[in-house]
Amino acid sequence: MESFIPLFVILPLAAAFLIPIVGKFVSGFQMTLSNLVFLFLAAAGVWFLFDSNTEAVSYTVGGWEPVNGIPIAIYLVADGLSLIMLAIINTMAFLSGFYAISYLKQYTAPDNFYALLCLMVAGMNGVVLTGDLFNLYVFLEIAVIASYALVAFGTGKEELEASFKYQVLGGIASLLILFGVAMVYWKTRTLNIADAATLLKHSHDRTFHLFVQLLFITGFGLKGALIPFHAWLPDAHSSAPSPISAMLSGVLIKAIGIYCMIRIFFNMFILTEEFAVILTTLGALSMVLGALIAMVQNDMKRMFAYSSISQVGYIITGIGMGMIILARKGDQGIAALAIGGGLFHMINHAVFKGLLFLNAGAVEYENRTRNLDELGDLSTVMPVTYGTSLTASLSVSGIPPFNGFFSKLIIIIAAIQGHFYLLAALAVVVSIITLGYFLKFQKQAFFNVSRFFNKLKIKEVPFTMCFSMIVLAILCLVLSLLVFPGPRDLILTPAVEAVMNVKEYSTIITGI
Amino acid sequence: MQGMSIIVKKVAQLLSGLIFMYGIYIITHGHLTPGGGFAGGAILAGSLILLVLAFGSDVMRLQKREAGSSIMESAAILGFLLLAVAAIIAGAGIFFYNYLPKGQLFHLVSAGVIPLYNIMVGIEVAAALFTIFLALVIYKEELKQ
Repeated sequence: MESFIPLFVILPLAAAFLIPIVGKFVSGFQMTLSNLVFLFLAAAGVWFLFDSNTEAVSYTVGGWEPVNGIPIAIYLVADGLSLIMLAIINTMAFLSGFYAISYLKQYTAPDNFYALLCLMVAGMNGVVLTGDLFNLYVFLEIAVIASYALVAFGTGKEELEASFKYQVLGGIASLLILFGVAMVYWKTRTLNIADAATLLKHSHDRTFHLFVQLLFITGFGLKGALIPFHAWLPDAHSSAPSPISAMLSGVLIKAIGIYCMIRIFFNMFILTEEFAVILTTLGALSMVLGALIAMVQNDMKRMFAYSSISQVGYIITGIGMGMIILARKGDQGIAALAIGGGLFHMINHAVFKGLLFLNAGAVEYENRTRNLDELGDLSTVMPVTYGTSLTASLSVSGIPPFNGFFSKLIIIIAAIQGHFYLLAALAVVVSIITLGYFLKFQKQAFFNVSRFFNKLKIKEVPFTMCFSMIVLAILCLVLSLLVFPGPRDLILTPAVEAVMNVKEYSTIITGI
Repeated sequence: MQGMSIIVKKVAQLLSGLIFMYGIYIITHGHLTPGGGFAGGAILAGSLILLVLAFGSDVMRLQKREAGSSIMESAAILGFLLLAVAAIIAGAGIFFYNYLPKGQLFHLVSAGVIPLYNIMVGIEVAAALFTIFLALVIYKEELKQ
């Protein structure tokens, strides 16, 4: 497995730069190559996830051995958390790429689209694998710069405005992250996350810690669109091409926002209670306000974008509660439950929000509009889109037996056991609000008879789009199995262990 | 784009060769002195941009050049990646392993693969900056028409 790790970066990167050369001469090359690469990586990612024999491993780029116990190479680390992220990223990339084969017929320049998508996947794979702070920043920039270009892919007025807004706020975020990395380097003289963790443990400069943590939370909060930093997300996610919206909402904000936050705050800094409270508050705020704003949207992709903010709030709330309990040295079991619930919801959100954006793309593909007031009565003419979107809507609203129910349930149980009664109540209320606005979406898009449109022209979307949607809908059901002890121990428990057990993470890298 | 007067053209012709050579010097001495692929590549692109500015060119020819330099850019990155991947075969399965003999300290041919990486980065940066410049010129010309 070890020698396979760099392939996650090499293959999409090679594909991204082969496409502009060979794609000029061979038609259809871009789709074939990128989808084959994504399929291979998705299979590899899922296989690593289920291969229970593999311990967390690290890969030394360049073969530089540690000198006097100080790691000098760039390390690629694949522990439970990274493996989950890798499986999500590459599976969603394959399904979005496959969906895009038909969807892209509305656009020109498929070469650019697939090259940028490959670049974005390479960047995200790098972010979740790297064990080095500066390397993390570089891969993060690769991923977001590709995503700026992809948001503007339609080159209409709205798309360009959204992309510009995204670039300005993303640029500020990158600057803050780079500043934070520089501060850590200045203090510890190392960029290796595990090495920095050991050195930071011995420094008692509280002001420094708080300052750097605030830099990181602002930077990664902007990337992950927590609520005071969310302004770019609704525009960017709603005006991108739909497969890209699915990637952005389903994967990108998790890989470069939530994952980085978890990795840095749990594995590098010492957990402090005041900071954990800040994070949890931001999470709860996103959860509530995101849902309230989503309720009044009439553009379906904007509604889903605000819903993403709300669901990210759930994930951060779960993880933040775990952080508070750990910082107070409370019950480890409850902390593990809260963090596990957050991570479980992260996996589920990737699946159902990806599916919802693909559904929105399918509806837009046939009707040329995203406005819910102008749509209606699609349930008979687009049965696959209707069925899959119903699955996703029920899943995101937390209706059993779909996966969203179980992850929300775990978060709520953890909140009650940890005596966060307000958070538990908020989580339940927001879940009901979510059900409310997704019922509105279902009613207006699929049942309401609209006077605006001509039903005869509308038919079901092509095969590749249907295929991706059906696979994701099945995953919505199958992922519920993660709640049972067998699959949970295989997939979720190693990730929670990796987050909570700081020592293990540094042992993988430094070998001490 | 209009060309400039004969004095500017002649001086640009004379200078651009020197600038190009200086860029190559910076790239090839990247492992010994400050500079390297990125800085040298920017100088290379500068000499090409100087020529385009002095001589001017019609849009059709510029578009052909842009296609060429954009292919060059992708090829250089692929070359860089190939060098790194070749290390997996040559260096006992380690990505980015420095598999060539290291040579003698402070000699031009030393440091194993690093000068080769520098050359690839140099080509890539030169091609990328030149492509960006050409894309902007073509965009402006097309707006005029």
